[in-house]
Amino acid sequence: MLLIECPWCGPREEPEFHYGGQAHVARPADPAALSDAEWAEYVFMRDNTKGPFAERWCHSAGCRRWFNVLRDTVSHRVLAVYRMGEAPPEGPR
Amino acid sequence: MSDDRTQDCRLPEGGLIDRSRRIRFRFNGAWMDGHPGDTLASALLANGVHLVGRSMKYHRPRGIMAAGAEDPGGLVQRGLHDEPARTDPDWRATQTALVDGLEAYTVGAWPSLDRDAGAVLGLASRVMGAGFYYKIMHGSRWMWEHVHEPLIRKAAGFGVCPDQPDPDVYDHRHVHCEVLVVGGGPAGLAAAGAAARSGARVILAEQDERLGGSLLGRRRAIDGQGGVDWAAAMEARLRASPDVRLLPRTTVFGYHDNNYLVALERVTDHLGLGPAPPGRPRQRLWHIRAKRVVLATGAHERPLVFGDNDRPGIMLAGAAQTYLHRWAVLPGRDVVLFTTNDRAYEAALDLHAAGARIHAIVDSREAPGAALPAAARAAGIRVMTGYVVGGTSGVRHVTGASVMKLGADGRASPHALDTLPCDLLLVSGGLSPVVHLFSQSGGKLRYDDGRAAFVPDRSVQALANAGACNGTFDLAGCLAEGAAAGAEATRLAGSDPGAPRTAFSVDEPAAAAIKPLWRVRPALVQDHAWGQPFVDFQNDTTAHDIRQAVREGFESVEHVKRYTLTGFGTDQGKTANINAIGIQAEALGRPIPEVGTTTFRPPYTPVTFAAMAGRDRGERLDPARLTAIHDRHVALGAAFEDVGQWKRPWYYPRPGETMHQAVARECRAAREAVGVLDASTLGKIDIQGPDAAEFLNRVYTNAWSKLEVGRVRYGVMCREDGMVFDDGTTARIDDTRYLMTTTTGNAAAVLDHLEEYLQTEWPDLRVRLTSVTEQWATVSIAGPKAGSLMARLASGQDLSPAAFAFMSWRPATVAGLNARVFRISFTGELQYEINVPWHQGGALWDAVMRAGTGLGVTPYGTETMHVLRAEKGFIIVGQETDGTQTPIDLGMDWIVSKKKPDFIGKRSFTRSDTARADRRHLVGLLPKDKRQVFPEGSQIVETGATRGTKPVPMLGYVSSAYWSPALDSGFALALVAGGRGRFGDTVAVALPSGEQPAVICDPVMLDKEGARRDGHAA
Amino acid sequence: MARYSVWSLARNALSYHRDWPRQWRSPELGSAYDVVIVGGGGHGLATAYYLAKEHGVTNVAVLEKGWLGGGNTGRNTTIVRSNYLWDESAAIYELALKLWEGLSRDLNYNVMLSQRGVLNLAHSLGDVRAGRRRAEANRLNGVDSEWLDTAGVARVCPILNTSTSLRYPVMGSTWQPRGGTARHDAVAWGYARAADARGVDIIQNCEVTGIRRDSGGAVAGVETTRGLIGTKKVALAAAGHTSVLAAMADVRLPIQSHPLQALVSEPIKPVLDQVVMSGAIHVYVSQSDKGELVIGAGIDSYNSYAQRGSFHVLEHQMASIVELFPIFARLRMMRTWAGIVDTCPDASPIVSKTPVPGLYINGGWGTGGFKSTPGSGVVFAHTIAKDAPHPINAPFSLDRFTTGALIDEHGAAAVAH
Repeated sequence: MLLIECPWCGPREEPEFHYGGQAHVARPADPAALSDAEWAEYVFMRDNTKGPFAERWCHSAGCRRWFNVLRDTVSHRVLAVYRMGEAPPEGPR
Repeated sequence: MSDDRTQDCRLPEGGLIDRSRRIRFRFNGAWMDGHPGDTLASALLANGVHLVGRSMKYHRPRGIMAAGAEDPGGLVQRGLHDEPARTDPDWRATQTALVDGLEAYTVGAWPSLDRDAGAVLGLASRVMGAGFYYKIMHGSRWMWEHVHEPLIRKAAGFGVCPDQPDPDVYDHRHVHCEVLVVGGGPAGLAAAGAAARSGARVILAEQDERLGGSLLGRRRAIDGQGGVDWAAAMEARLRASPDVRLLPRTTVFGYHDNNYLVALERVTDHLGLGPAPPGRPRQRLWHIRAKRVVLATGAHERPLVFGDNDRPGIMLAGAAQTYLHRWAVLPGRDVVLFTTNDRAYEAALDLHAAGARIHAIVDSREAPGAALPAAARAAGIRVMTGYVVGGTSGVRHVTGASVMKLGADGRASPHALDTLPCDLLLVSGGLSPVVHLFSQSGGKLRYDDGRAAFVPDRSVQALANAGACNGTFDLAGCLAEGAAAGAEATRLAGSDPGAPRTAFSVDEPAAAAIKPLWRVRPALVQDHAWGQPFVDFQNDTTAHDIRQAVREGFESVEHVKRYTLTGFGTDQGKTANINAIGIQAEALGRPIPEVGTTTFRPPYTPVTFAAMAGRDRGERLDPARLTAIHDRHVALGAAFEDVGQWKRPWYYPRPGETMHQAVARECRAAREAVGVLDASTLGKIDIQGPDAAEFLNRVYTNAWSKLEVGRVRYGVMCREDGMVFDDGTTARIDDTRYLMTTTTGNAAAVLDHLEEYLQTEWPDLRVRLTSVTEQWATVSIAGPKAGSLMARLASGQDLSPAAFAFMSWRPATVAGLNARVFRISFTGELQYEINVPWHQGGALWDAVMRAGTGLGVTPYGTETMHVLRAEKGFIIVGQETDGTQTPIDLGMDWIVSKKKPDFIGKRSFTRSDTARADRRHLVGLLPKDKRQVFPEGSQIVETGATRGTKPVPMLGYVSSAYWSPALDSGFALALVAGGRGRFGDTVAVALPSGEQPAVICDPVMLDKEGARRDGHAA
Repeated sequence: MARYSVWSLARNALSYHRDWPRQWRSPELGSAYDVVIVGGGGHGLATAYYLAKEHGVTNVAVLEKGWLGGGNTGRNTTIVRSNYLWDESAAIYELALKLWEGLSRDLNYNVMLSQRGVLNLAHSLGDVRAGRRRAEANRLNGVDSEWLDTAGVARVCPILNTSTSLRYPVMGSTWQPRGGTARHDAVAWGYARAADARGVDIIQNCEVTGIRRDSGGAVAGVETTRGLIGTKKVALAAAGHTSVLAAMADVRLPIQSHPLQALVSEPIKPVLDQVVMSGAIHVYVSQSDKGELVIGAGIDSYNSYAQRGSFHVLEHQMASIVELFPIFARLRMMRTWAGIVDTCPDASPIVSKTPVPGLYINGGWGTGGFKSTPGSGVVFAHTIAKDAPHPINAPFSLDRFTTGALIDEHGAAAVAH
């Protein structure tokens, strides 16, 4: 069971959180200008990184805030936690 | 077996048992005695019982081989006849506390354990080599299904499942600590001792009921004090320490990420049969988040692999020593020891001192150590170095051991030098550190040649290994390593342990190095002449099987495991796996590290299902959510429907009424008088902020900018893939505040969805969301007399349709309560939804029912609601939708804004497949036979299509179907390919009984002009 | 290939099983192949077998980074069924099931198909509606599937708790008598032996580290831990690593990898004759021929390549199982494990050509991979051999995420009124 440090509440057990998949996938500003393939890229295509992965979690049974986590998908180690709108510490996205 | 077993093998004194009390228990029907402190295994051995079970494949007699969790053979069924609801299959005798009246039984032997007909399979063992079943029984499916597989299934399993529910209670605990010590042997006690009184919270978990570990089974003195006394003193000191929690009878069975460990505490099984004492669970599952972990899990002794090494009476040397010291049991009088190491000599010496006759110590090494062999010789024991035991004799109990000379080529000479009589053959292949938890934690192992064992190498979590599990087998080393690890863990966890004591004075004979012997290899003649060399005693895997697997190309250690079933038993290969690896390495001609180990999978020892469930059973599996009006529905005799977590009234049958009759009555009441619905379960989200309207514009498909305060609008929201996600009405409460309603089942998902976009995509929008589902109770009244009822409830306020526009809301005083009244309609009737603070829901319901007397007021449930809305062609998300419908598919293009440049999902509508004209559309469907109500989910085909070959092309399916009292007909909503262009067409509903004709029509079947919603009944 | 039979078994017993030949060779890795299949699990090996058998393509290498069948083939709960909702899914899984029914004979290897029947329980009116819809669609698609009411469920599986006191009572079930289980390892070994016999090179302990492409962007070879291999066709069948491999050729996929956990109980005498599945409370169970109850659950929520999941997921699954089967409460969990499942947004697989010429993908099966093994092998082999999809896998193209022609097998969502 993961131990996730909510940037607002501190370390909490995984069942308090809701997973939100890859972070830093911005919704296109003008979807109408996109081709079907470009739109599919936004809606469906995602990185599926083996190793450090920037992802989103929501503290749904706590403060209900969404935030970003840099987590290694092999070791499950949380490498960094940062708030929405902040850039990942460094390295992979 | 006679009924008068009298503990013949119990020594007159000694042992950690309470001789003042006798415990009566039964094994396979025979009554026997034991004492408090006994396990079932020690008590059986005290009564001279070695034959405990039969093996899985060949039904070979098997006995107790070890004294702890690693024992592969002593499996019994507990309480089969006496306590059928509490019977436990596959129960390990070595870990079963003896209690009064205990009943143990051997399953799978027929007609009796002594004379098991299944043993005839032993004759076929020559055929039944590794994986034999893959090679045969593939020709005829019929034979496989009807003969072969049933035979295989019947043979499997050591125990039987109870045939009634378990009456016991199980608990969960969640704790945090600074230092968790796993294992209460010398290393663990030293570790906990070093961590105690430092301010750190310390937990010490020990699977045994007694602390002390290996000290309980050997004579050792620490600092001049007996080992048992030392352990007791240490326990007393720990008990007296604040912040130390001792958990005996608690097995840490899983080591997960972030130092999260799980442990099973057996709370009451040792107290006696029957129910647990009041207030105590049978078992408790601990969830421990530890800052630091000290693993002090000890080591398992390994058996040796030679011909017929599985007979009852063949026992690990250390186990016999433990039975002797801890339980004062002499497991045999004529003893042979077969060893590869010095340590095991002690067992022979101790048994000798206790009066057993040691016929020989057979040591495979040419050059054993000095001290212990000398002591043995001094005691008059024959020590044979460079010899092995190659085979045994006996049927249900070992009677002799064949000793052979080990040649320079590592093979044993073909002819037995001597056959030594014995009733106890002790074996010791050295020690295997218990690295299960370390390995589960992600730690890497390395093979240590000197110890001939896999030992911890690199760890990835905040842990330390101490003692035998770390490959430190001498007691002084265990104590020193434990104390140092405990102190270091304490320091790393942020407390000051003081200077740990790491020097302990221990009297312990020096031990020379082990020389591993993975199997005895007879020279010249074929291996098979000396009987079966078992490796896995539960699954009957032999050394031959492993070698055969390698010959057949199974070279990975995992392949060999799976092909030969090594380590698949209830002991998960605790004694078997290392020998199997050694034999495989030899067969492959590769060093052991290249073969590696199989994965150590949780749990360390088996864990009760119900303990995993804990209290999350029955109603608490998923607590039901009830509205404030729930007790009124119960009083009215409602039948309930589960909607998400909510209990909603489904219909209100009157005495003698069928569901059909009740629903028809409720429908008529709502269409002809006034019906009442508890609508409190709809999700309600309070949306506030200056940008709220813009937010709604982006999440709903329609436009929200112009909605005035006091007005209400229906909206549909999609996901980005353009498919309908949820629907509901949203009211504008004031300039910057809206109240959104969602469907009942989706309330949480919608809030998550909205928060996600708000926080991650549009943080610039000044909007805040709050769930107010359980702040407002909602009573909905609908029907031509709803206006009259509303007038009675809100006297002095004009809420008539003329004065109170459809799709608007206003504050009002209803039955004296402060309320928000919404004029919306999901039934097509004049309808008011009255919202009051949650706790006043019951009062409002009562007031409505009172005021409605004389108006024909009738409560209705979700079924009637479904009929009423379906007659009007209104969808239910999740019923008319399954995640593959756009609003356009549902005929709701009127709600999809053409002007808004963007909203969630809009872009997906124009994808080539999504824009197809022949997608499935929502339509109405009227059966030609008006009496017919199609089963929901029925498929729709072209007339006559089912007469063709399969697959039959399907046009769509029935999403909703009801009897309509208003239409006096069955009717349905359906999704049909290109359906909007086919109104009037006849299609067929393909029932299992045959096709039924139906006509496609507009989904709105009642009151198309909408007169009824203003109270003007047609 | 030396045929296996009662006679060969008896003959070998006489020589103490010393003379059994290897089940597959351990060949030297060649420098070039017509087709390189990445992934030595059931799907990769089946693909190789059908390439050789159906299309005469035998210059094929199957590369496995670990040991054969060590990925999801050896980690699933062995359930076989074909009662999927949509026509496209029913077609591919029913193709697979028909092949399963002849597989032991075809491979001369007993894969222990056990058609004990599969129940998919309904616990709400919404489940009932969705279940009937699926059973009806199955029936018209030629899949043996029927709807049982609660009494019918109790008749099929009397030890199931069908009382109305259950928190989510059993309100009925779909029932597919031809569904069941198979011995997962034997599927990998059987296909390996049969493919090997037809000349396919099976290379274990050989990890693919890169995909080479020519100047036109087409596949030219694969880089491995054991050297470079020239090939114009690379077929990915490596569940759990589909995205990682596709990324080597710059192909982006809508796949996310998650842990999926399972467990077995200690072996007990036969007590459960069917496969029982409950989507609503996330658990499924069957009893193996070894006597263990084999229990699976829903996937863990987060992305992972770790082959381990979170403990609370197992606890929830056990809470569900003791509700459905109160007599199982005292049984004990003996071994747990996890695999990595590659999931697609519509819970359907991708068996498809890709924008890269010569690169083929078979992945994203989620929890459906094992049961589809033979069918997937047939259509994937066709796709590779013909460089064009078989009609049955044509709908499972990568392109569907652009057109919107998804095949959404999540099942009707819970009714939300």
